[in-house]
Amino acid sequence: MSETAARLALHGVSKRYPGVLANDNVSLTVAPGEIHGLIGENGAGKSTLMKIVYGAARPDSGEMRWNGAVVQPSSPAQARKLGIGMVFQHFSLFDTLTVVENVALALPGKMDRAQLARDIEAMGRRYGLPVDTAQHVYSLSVGERQRVEIIRCLLQQPSLLIMDEPTSVLTPQAVEKLFGTLHQLSSEGVAILYISHKLEEVRSLCSRATVLRGGRVTGVCNPREESVASLSRLMIGAEPPRATGVARAAGADQLVVDHLSMAPLERTGKALHDVSLVVRKSEIVGIAGVSGNGQNELLSAISGEDARAPAQSIRIGNTAIGRLSVVARRALGLAFVPEERLGRGAVPALGLDLNTLLTHDTGLTRHGLISQAAITTLARSIIERFGVKAAGPAAAAKSLSGGNLQKFIVGREVVKNPQVFVVSQPTWGVDVGAAAQIRQEIVALRDAGSAVLVVSEELEELFEICDALYVIANGRLSQRIAVRDATIEQIGELMGGASGSSGVEEVQHAEA
Amino acid sequence: MLRLEARPVPSRLMGYAAPVIALAITVIFGTLLFVALGKDPAASLRVFFITPLENLRGLSEVALKMIPLLLCSLGLAICYRSNVWNIGAEGQLVVGGVAAGGMALLASPDSTRAFFVLVLLAGMLGGMAWAAITALLRDKFNANEILVSLMLTYVGGLLLIYLVNGPWKDPKGFNFPYSKTFDAAAMVPKLFAGTRLSWGILIVVVVLAAVWIFLSKSKAGFRLQVAGQAPLAARFAGFSAREGIWASLLLCGALSGLAGALEVAGPLGQLTPQISPGYGFAAIIVAWLGRLHPGGCVLASFIMALIYIGGELSQSRLGLPAAITGVFQGMLLLALLTADTFIYYRLRRA
Repeated sequence: MSETAARLALHGVSKRYPGVLANDNVSLTVAPGEIHGLIGENGAGKSTLMKIVYGAARPDSGEMRWNGAVVQPSSPAQARKLGIGMVFQHFSLFDTLTVVENVALALPGKMDRAQLARDIEAMGRRYGLPVDTAQHVYSLSVGERQRVEIIRCLLQQPSLLIMDEPTSVLTPQAVEKLFGTLHQLSSEGVAILYISHKLEEVRSLCSRATVLRGGRVTGVCNPREESVASLSRLMIGAEPPRATGVARAAGADQLVVDHLSMAPLERTGKALHDVSLVVRKSEIVGIAGVSGNGQNELLSAISGEDARAPAQSIRIGNTAIGRLSVVARRALGLAFVPEERLGRGAVPALGLDLNTLLTHDTGLTRHGLISQAAITTLARSIIERFGVKAAGPAAAAKSLSGGNLQKFIVGREVVKNPQVFVVSQPTWGVDVGAAAQIRQEIVALRDAGSAVLVVSEELEELFEICDALYVIANGRLSQRIAVRDATIEQIGELMGGASGSSGVEEVQHAEA
Repeated sequence: MLRLEARPVPSRLMGYAAPVIALAITVIFGTLLFVALGKDPAASLRVFFITPLENLRGLSEVALKMIPLLLCSLGLAICYRSNVWNIGAEGQLVVGGVAAGGMALLASPDSTRAFFVLVLLAGMLGGMAWAAITALLRDKFNANEILVSLMLTYVGGLLLIYLVNGPWKDPKGFNFPYSKTFDAAAMVPKLFAGTRLSWGILIVVVVLAAVWIFLSKSKAGFRLQVAGQAPLAARFAGFSAREGIWASLLLCGALSGLAGALEVAGPLGQLTPQISPGYGFAAIIVAWLGRLHPGGCVLASFIMALIYIGGELSQSRLGLPAAITGVFQGMLLLALLTADTFIYYRLRRA
């Protein structure tokens, strides 16, 4: 590809943050109409590179060319003026404003709301992105919110669209629709830079991909000619092992949720409707679903962080636990790993040693005083057994990378050999190697006889380790589905809410 | 245009250096203030910071002022580390003093010498009761503890004024608003003859050690601090948020109440309309100047006590107005807040 033809060309871009070289001599070109994949695991430097392109960070060295001319956008506003649009992984919408108000906020100058609403609808029709412009954003599903973000971007007529991990919040069907939109845009000449760590997606969507590892480019390839295995070698330097275990016949019911209905604690939360599930001894049960469909509410009711459930509606063995405290549930053999690591699973500023005190109730204190020797020993044994990379048992939780902190938090619960182990998004934002290890630990726990409940958005992960699945949508849980009988399409349909999932209905449920 | 920009990594060193820098800024501005008032700055600073430490009497007066400041600041440090914004230590001190005074008035010449222990306990209970109102309103109605504890301070002050003007006024006191002076049995025994220093200072040393252990070693103190730093982690771990509110406020109430009791059953010896020159408020500055750490609070309460004594001396020797103490406290707080801001932010030209 000739230099002048490139819509975007980066040459030798480096960016150093205190203690880490986030981008090291990175070069990358995207042609008009090309869908270019940017792949790499968590922490490989993808976000930093995109921040530089989008004007949110300045490179220490290197140059950026836009349609052949050297540019250095110093703010996102300047980047947008050049014609660069970006859809972020975490949406930047105001919940309490309507769709049209949100879009109006992002566009320069004053405008006629009614005309803007018509523009939004026209853009939606053109690219298959239907939205109701009068709706408040908090009442929209995640997929609809993403559509608003994309339309907001498209209204500025970008000639380069950056998509940052856009499918992490979508059902498989919604992913297909999104890909249709992206193909249409590319056929109209818009260049698309598609950031992902999901190799299958990149293989189906992109004609060219740049692979980052540790801040450097480790390969530029046509992903369609590569296999998932060869791409992951470029990405992590090795192929991720698959979790293996010997499934035994599942035993007696261990964790039972029995016709649980509950109003949400917070106004923006989801109500649970008649949720029933069973996890037996020696089995892993998964809950699939797009996040924000009641997973948090269900898990808080199970963990005891929300102890308002009717006592009999949640049981461990034969004990009704719906109203018991977190500590009492722990004493019954329940262990829980929440989705948020920093601030919930661990106290960021405290050392790993002190963080063991969050969920270990016995053996670490004497006469109410903390035994430093005991917590150091426990933290060190978790670090060693699970290969946690940390400066030591006293290292602050926030000093660990996401993957290492998750290994520590999972390890902290696994060493208790819990009878019931509940884990949310076990590998979210975790690098591929650590993710494989965490999944292996979960399987090992099942093999040792625990009842395990896994909530995850990653369908592949659930299919890999689970024995049975439920799907959650709109605060309702599907029937139990044996994994060997299930297909991704079937689960995807249930995730979209087979009983209808429009935003309007969601609000009515939430306020019921 | 200048703007504040968050620093990527706040410096730990500056966290400890900030109080020293703030103190230096206060001294610099104090010097300018003395010059503006036409006083010799060197001599004035000497009166303020050196003279109080030159003899045993001065030293013992500084130590005497440190007692209430340190007790209140230890209680406040527990509250602030638990993310409970109690600013009513002054009111808890006053009501503790009232309760202690009420008990002390019950003493007679026949009372046992250990009667003062009852006086101190009454003071602690009084302070706890006052703090419990704040805890109750916060717990039951989610009322803002900053407003409640602050306003209760004024209620406590009025309660004291009512009592010394009414039911507890000394009938032989020529109609002055004072209670009768306490019997010797109700008073905290003196430590050395010739100073006003009492056993109170020994009690404070024990309290200091206990608070230090509570915050750094105990599981209960750990639970409070997790609730303060990471409420979601506390809920995840099953540490009760209600426990955090009640425990920190009751502990602070007890310590502030003890401070009030030691004042009335120590240097004052009776109830008067004003039993504290704002110790409870100054202790807020002390707690932050001491980095919410018991050891730091000792150093900070020493400096604050020095400002109190220095302020008194500069009234008599330099003819400065009484407001000088408040001015120095205010400069110190402002300098500390500014220095603390620069730990986390730097100034950039926008």
